[in-house]
Formats: sequence, structure tokens, C-alpha cells
Amino acid sequence: MKLSIAVYGAPHSSEASESAYRFARTACAMGHALTRVFFYHDGVHNASSLATPPLDETQATQRWQALAREFNIDLVVCVAAALRRGIVNEEEADRYELEGRNLADGFEISGLGQLLDAAVTSERLVSFGH
Amino acid sequence: MTDKRATAPKKILFVNTKAPYGNSMARDALDALLAASAYEQDLSVLFLGEGVFQLLANQNPKDIGMKNLGATLPVLPMYDIEKIYIQGSALLARGLTANDLVLPAKVLTEDAIAALMDSQEAILSF
Repeated sequence: MKLSIAVYGAPHSSEASESAYRFARTACAMGHALTRVFFYHDGVHNASSLATPPLDETQATQRWQALAREFNIDLVVCVAAALRRGIVNEEEADRYELEGRNLADGFEISGLGQLLDAAVTSERLVSFGH
Repeated sequence: MTDKRATAPKKILFVNTKAPYGNSMARDALDALLAASAYEQDLSVLFLGEGVFQLLANQNPKDIGMKNLGATLPVLPMYDIEKIYIQGSALLARGLTANDLVLPAKVLTEDAIAALMDSQEAILSF
């Protein structure tokens, strides 16, 4: 089945990110086609390359990166939600003259249209963390 | 990425479950809904549980530093979003009626909500 996922919760604060990841990995392992994970609301924190949890805790960002590489999944971060929360790529950092960038490799910043596109083009869109 | 004009419109329901302030989910849901309106899909929106407070008239959140969601929601029909539903029992439980709302929403029973959800091809829950 063609699936997409929306993640609205930040790692380490909300269970949503953990549940979304476990669902995503299981769906991929079962042979479903997970095409996109869309990070919105506090979910954009999943894409921070600066998050440094203790080593014996979940490395949420790296885990998404590894899953995306293995199964060729788009990791898309909403630009408006990301800018509000200080998640920026090179382009946005230049545009707003910010002193750094922290969007992790493998994630891309795009618009809310990509969430709707996921709903339209997938057989199921599963949201986590509302 | 899909072409905006691709294939027949899909029936997509946005479900709002959060009160308008205290958490930015209500605003984020509205942003997502307005963005979705550009894609020529068959959109509906349902206000459920605490989410019914989003439609309350005379919101004045200026003193808590928030934008007035109740001032923005009436634009929905201008974005061709006219299928607006609200949970009747949630209104009743909060001492509200359809007259307290910023725009006309169709009041639904639990059975009607179940049927509405069943009729959709995708549901986005906020």
C-alpha cells in the first residue's frame, strides 16, 4: 500500500515521533511503499542536526536519515513551521541573514502543499501527534 | 511531486480537535487547510471536541499575544471551503449553540460524523 506519514510532535517531548518512526519502519519492513514523511508543527524538531540527546537515548534525527536512505523516503519539513522554530537550511539562513544552519542532511524544506500532495497521492496518510 | 491538476478531486477531511490558543495546532491546521484550498480537492472541515472553541465568536486573544483565529476562519468560504461541520454534542457540553459561531457550520450527531469520516478518502487530524 502507498503510504505517507505526518509527524506533529518533537522528539524527546512527545511520543509522536517515536510512534511515527516505529510505524514507518514496520510499514517499510512489511513491503509497503512509504513515500514521504512530512514534519509539521513541533515535528520540525526531528530535522535538527544540532539536537544532542544523551547517547543512551533515541537519536531521532539520525534514525530518520537512516530509514530514508534505506527505503528512499522524502523527509519534508514545512518551511513556515521550521522558520518559527529555528530550523533552517543554507538558503533560508542566507535569506534571513541568520548566523547558522541546522537542517540535517537528507531532510528538505518545502511548503504545506507537500502535506496535501501526500494526502492526494497516497492510499493512506497517517498522522502522529495532534 | 504531483501536478496540481492531476486526476479527479479527492475527498479530504480536516479534523480540528484543539482549542484555539494554548497550543499552536489550531493555527497550523488553518494554515494547512488554506494551503490545501489551492489544490482543487474536495475539502471538508470538522470541528470536534475542544476544537469547537475555534469557531467561537468574539475571540480577543490580543492580550496573550496571539492572532485572532476567529477573525480568520470566516474567510473559509472565500477559499471555496464550504463544507464546514461541527460536533453537536461538543457544543452542548460546553454550553454553546450554533448561534455562538463565527460562521455557519452544520451541526452533526456522532452517527453523522461517523458517516462523514467514512465517506472521505483521506483525513488529516489536527
